[in-house]
This record gives sequence, structure tokens and C-alpha cells, in this order.
Amino acid sequence: MNDFIAARSQMALSLGFHIVFSCIGMVMPFFMAVSHFYWLKTNQVVYKNITKAWSKGVAIFFATGAVSGTVLSFELGLLWPEFMKHAGPIFGMPFSLEGTAFFIEAIALGFFLYGWNRFNRWFHWFTGLVVGISGLVSGILVVAANAWMNSPAGFDYVNGQYLNIDPIAAMFNDAWFSQALHMTVAAFVATGFAVAGVHALMIAKGKNVEFHTRSFRIAAIFACVAAVLQPLSGDISAKDVARRQPAKLAAMEAHFETRKSAPLILGGIPDEKNKTVKYAIPLPGMLSFMAHGDFSAEVKGLDAIPEDEHPPVAITHYAFQIMVGLGMVMMLLSFIYFIALWKKKSWLRSKWLLNFFVLATPMGFIAVEAGWTVTEVGRQPWIIHGVMRTADAVTPMPGIAYSFYLFTGVYVSLALIVTFMLYRQIQMVDKLYDVLPNENPEKH
Amino acid sequence: MLYVVIVYLWASILLYLLLGGADFGAGIIELFTSEKNRNRTRKTTYQAIGPIWEANHMWLIIAIVILFVGFPAIYSTMSVYLHIPLTIMLIGIIARGTAFAFRHHDAVVDDWQNVYNRIFTWSSFVTPLFLGIIAGSAVSGRIDTQAVNFLDAYIFSWLDWFTVAVGFFTTAICAFLAAVYLIGETDNETDRKRFIHKAQTSNILAVFCGFLVFTAAYFEGIPLFQWVFGNLVGAVAITAATLSLILLWYLLRQGKTKILRVLAGFQVTMILLTVTWQHYPNIVLLADGGYLSLTEHHGHAKTISSLGWALLLGSIFILPALFYLIYSFQQKNGAKEAH
Ligand code: HDD
Ligand code: HEM
Ligand code: HEM
Repeated sequence: MNDFIAARSQMALSLGFHIVFSCIGMVMPFFMAVSHFYWLKTNQVVYKNITKAWSKGVAIFFATGAVSGTVLSFELGLLWPEFMKHAGPIFGMPFSLEGTAFFIEAIALGFFLYGWNRFNRWFHWFTGLVVGISGLVSGILVVAANAWMNSPAGFDYVNGQYLNIDPIAAMFNDAWFSQALHMTVAAFVATGFAVAGVHALMIAKGKNVEFHTRSFRIAAIFACVAAVLQPLSGDISAKDVARRQPAKLAAMEAHFETRKSAPLILGGIPDEKNKTVKYAIPLPGMLSFMAHGDFSAEVKGLDAIPEDEHPPVAITHYAFQIMVGLGMVMMLLSFIYFIALWKKKSWLRSKWLLNFFVLATPMGFIAVEAGWTVTEVGRQPWIIHGVMRTADAVTPMPGIAYSFYLFTGVYVSLALIVTFMLYRQIQMVDKLYDVLPNENPEKH
Repeated sequence: MLYVVIVYLWASILLYLLLGGADFGAGIIELFTSEKNRNRTRKTTYQAIGPIWEANHMWLIIAIVILFVGFPAIYSTMSVYLHIPLTIMLIGIIARGTAFAFRHHDAVVDDWQNVYNRIFTWSSFVTPLFLGIIAGSAVSGRIDTQAVNFLDAYIFSWLDWFTVAVGFFTTAICAFLAAVYLIGETDNETDRKRFIHKAQTSNILAVFCGFLVFTAAYFEGIPLFQWVFGNLVGAVAITAATLSLILLWYLLRQGKTKILRVLAGFQVTMILLTVTWQHYPNIVLLADGGYLSLTEHHGHAKTISSLGWALLLGSIFILPALFYLIYSFQQKNGAKEAH
């Protein structure tokens, strides 16, 4: 494995790992705030138990998110020193603000996790909410930094020099809003379906049905609302990409030739040599509509872009299909769930609906990883779109492959341990939180 | 604004050394605690640092963000030539943070605890060792940007007797800080005695490692003695630290916790002041006699001013909340254990 590929793989691995924990870190506090709120309002012990059970799990995820994030802030320099040397001062604004958001999050988390029975109950509840809000803010800020790489702003690039730097303009670049919106909603979709799926599985198995039914409901409602919004926000993203990164759009769609009323293709195997796509289903005019809101508009193909600026087409295309496909499936499932909630209460207790949710457990996270692959691989060969090539940014140190193997080992072990601990946590729900009818419900 | 940013950088390094250092130290103390007392040490550690460890480690992130936003040339040079120790330190940070969370939040308590404990204690030892090595390398003048072969560029940039001695010195300081801190966190006389004893041992070790640093510097041709005593601030600071050592030993016998903490913090602050003052504003010395300086190699003026504002604004939110967090969990009495 050459050093350049190793560096890219290590970056992708670290980010792909971190994103899972950061999604959970952003979203779970809101789920907990809801169940915590019910507990404070209704005094039903089951809600207290749900909050506590979730917060035990979340503590593990937080720690893993925090350390993997710390690694990232060093890795940017360890792997891409040339990039950071120039980009750091320009896109650093969101990172400096993010420091505050993380700090507040860590402080609030200390209050929340260790503050049971120590503080005013509503103050304690509020600290939990602060964890969620500052998590969301951090997520939005870091995505604004990433958006700058897609849509550089806030400087003039003259003869290889970066002049007239304006960190605020860099932060509010063209892509920040569409990306931050799409990412935030995605975090709710991914975490929501994952949590709902796990609880659905336990209900289906007939374990602690009361506990799991209520947890399921909280997670599922968040997830389904987000899943309905997600394609709308995806549409904004796609129009945005069409405008500022035609090469990425062309790669996403495996759209080789510039043409009017371009078809949207479903599936298919892109052949980059012959510039064709085999076995695809074309939907006439749909791509033009998706990219520009007009069925007959012209959509730039890869032929309009110099050969040495083409992103890898196949990976980007597959990843995009996976994201959109899963997005559609989750949206449908959400509609079914809403119908069940409003009109067909009997569906709520049916096995098939639960099974659908069990099947959907990993879908959100797969879509998140696929979406980031679209964004990042679709930006290649640029690290800063149109300004700096990824190959020029990589560290001169040889032997990065070993570093990649090392981190792969670490992340795989961590993933295994976290999964194992989560499994144990769920197994323990019976013992810890089952309140027998003759037992006195724990009073505050 | 540049000076505001520099002060924040220095302060976050200091706070990381004090707070994060005491965190690491707790793991080191556990590593060097006899089998029969380990459980008790563990419990004290958990109560003392459980709620605040994440916050303590944020100082490192703040420092690194200041570096890469404000002083990108320094950040990228260090990242390139100190890649290997930085990577080892990162692995240590991952291992430690996760093992600490795992051992306290695992729903089932069984043999896995041994695995977590072992990882926690060893990574608590290795991480500050490499932090020290990295700090030592910055001033040892071995980073050679002209080097052509792998060993010179990426190994000998950080590996010599001096940096290793600085590494052990840092580790000893962490253990010392933790021991002093833990004296005030126990609820019984035996443990108090134990931690007082640990504080004494680690203090002796720190002083010993300090001598090693000077000796190694001598053999590596680093004029450390001159750096430290060659200017007024350094000489006064180091003398104050040494004098306060006497007071510290006297108070240790009596186990006066609050004032001990202040003294230990004071000593570490003086040490950091001494070692940074002499080179200021240079923070990396290169093999060719060049240097990377905070006042020369900083980002664009606009960047520095927005970074400065971000830090100032951030402090308004962070500092009161942080003090309240520490204060609340200090008021142990009357607090009921959760669960
Ligand atoms: C639950 C996850 C999820 C789901 C269901 C979808 N997406 Fe997505 N998508 C993401 C999660 C995601 C993401 C991981 O969050 C990305 C990566 C970067 C970003 O801003 O969001 C992303 C990126 C991304 C991009 C690239 C943006 C850029 O490079 O700036 C486009 C064009 C879309 N998405 C479009 C869609 C469409 C049309 C969807 C229709 C169903 C869709 N996404 C569903
Ligand atoms: C967490 C979600 C993210 C994922 C899963 C992700 C994924 C990836 C992938 C797959 C690559 C390799 C692309 C290739 O070489 O073909 C990559 C590269 C990179 N990403 Fe991201 N990315 C994410 C977010 C970010 C963010 C927020 C930033 C910075 C603020 C960032 C910075 C980089 C950099 C610097 C590279 C290396 C240069 C490059 O290959 O373009 N990424 N990422
Ligand atoms: C799209 C990509 C990303 C998103 C949405 C994201 C979001 C988050 C969130 C919500 C947290 C706090 C939650 C938790 O601790 O689990 C977090 C932690 C962290 N992230 Fe990321 N992040 C992303 C990428 C990055 C990148 C590229 C970096 C580094 C340059 C980074 C650095 C950090 C750090 C240092 C922490 C630890 C903060 C702490 O101690 O709480 N993140 N991230």
C-alpha cells in the first residue's frame, strides 16, 4: 500500500469511526431529555429507568467519541501537514468556536451523568439538554469546516499565495448551510433508527415489554420525523452540489456526457474506461430536474471536466445510490409508522412492523457513511476544491501504511468492545430496571 | 490580540499539565499500588476524577486548536517530524479514555475489569511519558528539516537521552500531582497516610528525574543549566519552586490538603514558566539553529484576532461553568451516591 493511499484510508477510517459516536453524542441527549422530562412530570419510574439505562450506554459512547475526536485533531496535521499549514488559519474559525462547544458539552455531561440526586431536578434535566445542544452546535461547526473544503471562501488565491484571509467569510461558505442541515437531520435518522431497532428487537423477544415499548416510541418518533425531512434536505444538497461541484454531481450520477433533459439513472455498473453505465434504469429528465429544478435543463457531464480532475466515479455512484436507496426505504417506513400512530393502532403491536424496524437498525448509519463517501470521494482529486490537490497535501513521512494498520487494529478492537458492552447493557435491563408489581416504586 | 492568544496557549498547556496531568497521575499511582490496596485507590480515583476527566482533557484540544489555527507552521512542522511520538501518545489517549469509561460503565462486573484496569494504568503511564518526550524534542534542537534519511528525520528528531529524561520527569510530576490531589479525596485515615506516602515518593522521584534531565542535557550538549539560571525570571522561579519544596514536605507530614494542592500547583507552574521563559517566543528549536517563533510564525492578523475573540467569548461561558462543576463535586458531604 503506498503512503498516499494509506493516509487517505487512515483519514477515512478515523472519520468514519468518529462520525458514529458523534451522531450518538448529538442525538441521544435529546432522547434522554424527553424520557427524563416524562419522569419528572409523571413520576412513572419506567421513564427514570429508561433515562438511566440510556445514559449508561451514552457514557461509553461519549468517551469513545471524545478520544476519537482528539485523535482527529492531531491526524489532520499528522497526515495532511501541507493542507493544515495553509488551511488552518482560514477554516480555523469553526474549530476555535467548536472548542467552546465541546468544553461546555464535557462540563454539562459531568453534571448530567454524575448529578443524579445531587442537584435541583430541573437543573439536572437542563444540563442534559445542554449536552445535546452543544453537541449539535459542535457538529454544525465542524461540518462548516468540511464545507469550506468543498466550497472554499474567505481568501484570494494568487500565485500560490493565500491572501486577504477572512475567517468569518470562510466559515459561512456556500456549502455550510446545506451540509450542516443535511448532517444534523442525518444524525437524528441514524441514531433514531438504530435505537428504535434495538428496542424493537427486545419487544419482539418479549423482554421487558413496558420498558422497551416506551423507549422505542421516543426513538421512533424522532427517527421518523427526521427520515421524512431528510430527502427534502438531500434535494437542497443536490442542487447545491450541481451548482458548485459539477464534477461531484456527475460522478454521483455516473453522468458521463453533458446533455439536456438528462436522465436520472438507478443502479447500474459504471465503466470508467468506456464512459458508459451498464444495466442501469434511466428515468428521463429526472436528473435535470433534480439538479436544476427543470426537466429540460442541461447537466454538465464528466466530459466537461479535464480528465485529471475526475473523481472516482464508481465509488461515488454506488455510495450515492446506497444513501438515496436507504433514505427512501426509511421514509416509507416512517409513513407506515405515522399511519399506525394515527389510524391503525393495532399495527403498533404487530410483529411485522417491529420486524421492519429491526431490519432498519443499521440503515441510518450505513446511509451516513455512504453520504460522507459521496462528499469526500466526490471531491477528489482536490483536498480544497479547485485550490489544492490531495496528493500535494500528504505528509512526507514514509511508512504511513503501518500507522494505518495500527489504527485499524485499534478501531476494530474498540468497535468490538463497545458492541460487546452494549450487548451486556441490554441484557442487564431485566435485572436493573424491572420493577415488580409488589415492589415500592423508587421515590425520589 | 496575538498576546491574548499566546497567553491562552500557555494557560491551556499549563492547565492540561496540572489537571490532565493529575488524571494521568491517578492511573500511574494505581499502577504502583500494591494489589491489596488497588481497589480502594480505584474507588477514590473514580470519585475524584469521574465527573471531570473529559473536561480536563479539553485543555489539550484547546491548545492544539490554537496551534493549528494561529500558528500553522509550528503545528505542521511538529506533526511531520514528531509523527511517531505523537501517534504513540494518541494511542495512549484512546486507550486511557476508553478504558476508564469502560471499567466504570460496564453493566457487568467480571474479569473484563482486569483488562480495562491494565490498559488504563499502563496507558496512564505511557501517555505522559510521550508528552514529555514531545515537549523535550521541541527544545532539544534535533528537529532537522534538511534531514535526508528516515532515521535522522523521524527518529532522532525525538529520541535521545534528554527527551527521554524529560519524559520520565513529566511522568513523575503527574504522579506527584495526583498523589497530592488524592490526599484530600479520601474519607479514611489509612488511605490518607498511603497517599501522603505516595506523594513523598513521587516527589523524590521527580527531583531525581529533574537531575537526570540536567545530566542528560549536559551529555547531549544542551545548555540547560544556562537556560534555567541564566536569566532572572528562570532563576527566581526555580528557586521559589525549590524553597516551596521544603514547606511542602513540612505540610505533607501534617496532611494539610488545600494548601498542599496550591503548593504543588505552584511548583509545576514555576517549572513550566522557567522552561518556557528562556526561549519565548520561540517554541521549537531546529537543528540548523533556526527556530519557530510565536511572534513570527503566526497566521494572518485577521485570523489571530478572530481566534482571540473566540477564546475570550468562550471563556465567558466555560470558566464559570467549569468552576461550578468542580465546586459542586467538591461538596461531597451531604451528597448521596447515585443509584
Ligand atoms: C441518514 C442518513 C442520510 C440519508 C437518508 C440521506 N443522506 Fe445524503 N448525506 C448524508 C446522510 C444521508 C450525510 C452523511 O450526512 C452527508 C455527507 C455530507 C453531508 O453534508 O451529509 C450526505 C451528503 C449528501 C450529498 C452531498 C452533499 C455535498 O457533497 O455537499 C447529497 C447530494 C445528498 N446527500 C443527497 C441526498 C438525497 C437526495 C437523499 C434522499 C433520500 C439523501 N441524501 C438521503
Ligand atoms: C465524519 C464524517 C466524514 C467521513 C466519513 C469522511 C470520509 C472521508 C473519506 C472517505 C476520505 C478519503 C477520500 C479519498 O481519499 O478518496 C476523507 C478524506 C478527508 N477528509 Fe473527510 N470525512 C468526513 C468528514 C470530514 C470533516 C468534517 C473534515 C474536516 C473538517 C474532513 C477532512 C478530510 C480530509 C482533510 C481528508 C483527506 C484529504 C482527502 O482525501 O480529500 N472530513 N474523508
Ligand atoms: C462531520 C464530521 C463530524 C461531526 C458531525 C462531529 C461531531 C462531534 C460531536 C457531536 C462531538 C461530541 C460528541 C461526543 O463526544 O461523542 C464530537 C467530538 C469531538 N470531535 Fe467531532 N465531529 C466531526 C468530525 C470531527 C473532525 C474532523 C475533528 C477534528 C479535526 C473532530 C474533533 C472532535 C473532538 C476533538 C471531539 C472531542 C470533544 C470532547 O472531548 O467532547 N470531529 N464531534
